[in-house]
Amino acid sequence: MLENIDFTLIDWSRAQFALTAMFHWVFVPLTLGLGFMNAFTETVYYKTGNPEWKKLTKFWMKLFGINFACGVATGLILEFEFGTNWAAYSWFVGDIFGAPLAIEGIFAFFMESTFVAVMFFGWDKVSKKFHLASTWLTAIGANISALWILVANGWMQNPVGTAFNPDTARNEMTNFWDVLLSGTAVNKFIHSTTFGFVLAAVVVIGVSSWYLLKKRELLFAKRSIVVAAVFGLISSIALIVTGDTSAKNVVKTQPMKLAAMEALYDGSENAPLVAFGILGGSETHKNINANSRENFVFKIEMPGMLSFLAHGDFKTFVAGIKDLVLGNESQGIMSYSEKIRRGHIAAQTLVAYKDAKLNNPDGEEFRMLKAKFEDETFMNDYFAYFGYAPYYDENPDVLQQNAFKLVPPISLTFYSFHLMVILGFYFILFFVVVLVLIFKNKYHNKCWLLWVSLISIPLVYIGGQAGWIVAEVGRQPWAIQDLLPVVTAVSKIDASSVMITFTLFAVVFIALFIAEIMILLKQIKTGPKIEEETSNV
Amino acid sequence: MSKLKSIALFYINGFRTMPRWARMVWIIILVKLFIMFFVLKLFFFPNILKKNFDTDEERANFVIEQITRN
Repeated sequence: MLENIDFTLIDWSRAQFALTAMFHWVFVPLTLGLGFMNAFTETVYYKTGNPEWKKLTKFWMKLFGINFACGVATGLILEFEFGTNWAAYSWFVGDIFGAPLAIEGIFAFFMESTFVAVMFFGWDKVSKKFHLASTWLTAIGANISALWILVANGWMQNPVGTAFNPDTARNEMTNFWDVLLSGTAVNKFIHSTTFGFVLAAVVVIGVSSWYLLKKRELLFAKRSIVVAAVFGLISSIALIVTGDTSAKNVVKTQPMKLAAMEALYDGSENAPLVAFGILGGSETHKNINANSRENFVFKIEMPGMLSFLAHGDFKTFVAGIKDLVLGNESQGIMSYSEKIRRGHIAAQTLVAYKDAKLNNPDGEEFRMLKAKFEDETFMNDYFAYFGYAPYYDENPDVLQQNAFKLVPPISLTFYSFHLMVILGFYFILFFVVVLVLIFKNKYHNKCWLLWVSLISIPLVYIGGQAGWIVAEVGRQPWAIQDLLPVVTAVSKIDASSVMITFTLFAVVFIALFIAEIMILLKQIKTGPKIEEETSNV
Repeated sequence: MSKLKSIALFYINGFRTMPRWARMVWIIILVKLFIMFFVLKLFFFPNILKKNFDTDEERANFVIEQITRN
C-alpha cells in the first residue's frame, strides 16, 4: 500500500497541523503561568493593602490580557483541520476527543466571560475579595481548560480506557477515569503546566531586568523578580521531576520514542545516557536498516544512567531501535514484522466483518466475526496492532523494509530532546543565581546577568517548542499510537489546497504575532502606572 | 431584574472605559474570529465526512475503507 501513498500530502498536512499547534503553544504557556503570578501578587496586595502591589499586579495582568487575547481561539483551527485534513482520524477517535474538547469549550466560555471580565473590569467595582477570587479562578480555570486537550493528546500517545466498535468504526470510551488518569495524561498535564509556570517566570524576570537595565521602575522590577524567581525555581524543579516520570512512562508505552530520543540503535544492559552529543552522517539516521549502527561525531556519556532513569536500576536492559524493529526474543520484544502481520489480520477481519454485515447480517460468519471483536484475546493480540496493517507486504524482504519505515526521525527527536533537557537544567541554575543575587541586593548591578535574563525569554520559548517536537515527532508515524498511522489518518484531498492553507496560516499567524509583540512592547515601554488605579486594567 | 441590570451595566461600563490598548486587543480578536469562521472555515475547511455522506453508517463504511486499504 505504501507505494500508493502521496507523501507530499501527508508532509504538508502534518506541517500545517504542526504550524498551528506550535503557534498556539506560543501563547498558551504564558497564560498558564502568568495567571498564577497575578493571583500571588494580588493576594499580597489584598493582605497588605500596599498600592505598589496593586500597580505590580495590574501591569502583569495587562500583559496577561494581551497574550490571552492574541492566543484565544487559535486552538479552534486545529479542530477545523481535524474535520478536513484528518477526517478518518477524527471519526476513528470518536468521543475521546469530542468529550474533552466540548468540556474545554464550555468551560473556557464561562471562565472567559465571567472571571476574566471581573479581573479586568472589576477593579474598584467589586469587592477586593471577589476580585481576588476571580483572579485565582481565572488562573485555575486556564489550567483546567488546558487539562482536557492534554488528556486528549495523552490518549493519542497511549490509547487506554476505550474499546473499538466495528459497527461505527469509532473508539468508544469504556472508562472515563482510565482516560483522564492514565500515566501519560497525568504526566503530560503536569509537565506542560509546570513548563507554563517556568516560562511566565522567565518572561517576568526578563522584562523586569530590562527595567533595571534602563534604571527605571526599580522597586517594581525587584519585587517582580523575587516573586517570579521563587515561583520559577519551584516550578523548574517540578518540571524536571515530571520530565523524569514522563520518560519512565515513555519507556513503557512508546519505547521507540525513547530509543529515538537517545539515538540508541542497539539496546543494552547498563545503557549509557548521552548528556551531550553530535550525530554523524545525517543520511545514516534517515535510511535505517538492519545494518545501521550508532553514529556520533562526538558525545559525552553517563554510563548506566539511561537504564537507571528508565527503570530505576543501572543493570536493566533498555531497548534500542533495532531491538524494537527486528525483535529481541531474549528480552521478550516482538518484532515490528510480527506486529505488521497481526495488524494485517486485524484489518482483514474488519473488512470481512463489514462485508458480512452488508451481505448476510443474520449469517453464521457475521456472528463469528462479531464475536472476535468482543474477544479480549483477539483485541489484545491482534487489534492492538491494527495501525501496523498498511505496512504489510507478502514479500518478507519488503515487509522488513517497511518495518524500518516505522522509525521516527532520529536527528530531530534526538536534538530536540537534548536541547529541551539542557534548557530545563539551565533554568534551575538561572533561578538559583537570580534568587541568590536579588536577596544579596546585587542583582541589579550585574549588567551581564540582566542581559542573560533578557536573552532567556526566547530560550524558554524554544525549550517549550522542542518539548512538543519530542512528544509529537518522536511518536511518528502514529496519529494514534499503534492504532492509526498518519498514512491512513490523513484525508485524501488535493495537496495543493493544503499548501495554500498552510501559506495562509503562516501569513495570518505572523501578522498576529507581530501585532502581539508590538502591543506588548509598547505597554512594556510605557511601564506600570500608579495613576491607572482608577481606570480599568 | 435589578441584579441582571447591574451585571449588564458592569459589562457595558467595562467596555466603555477600556484603555486604548484593550480596544486594539478587541479589534485583533474580532478580526481573528472573522478570518477563522468566515474565511477559513467557510471556504477552506469543510467537514469532509459531513459534506460527502448523509448517514453515520455511510461515514463509518468510508472510514473502514480508508483505514483498511492495503
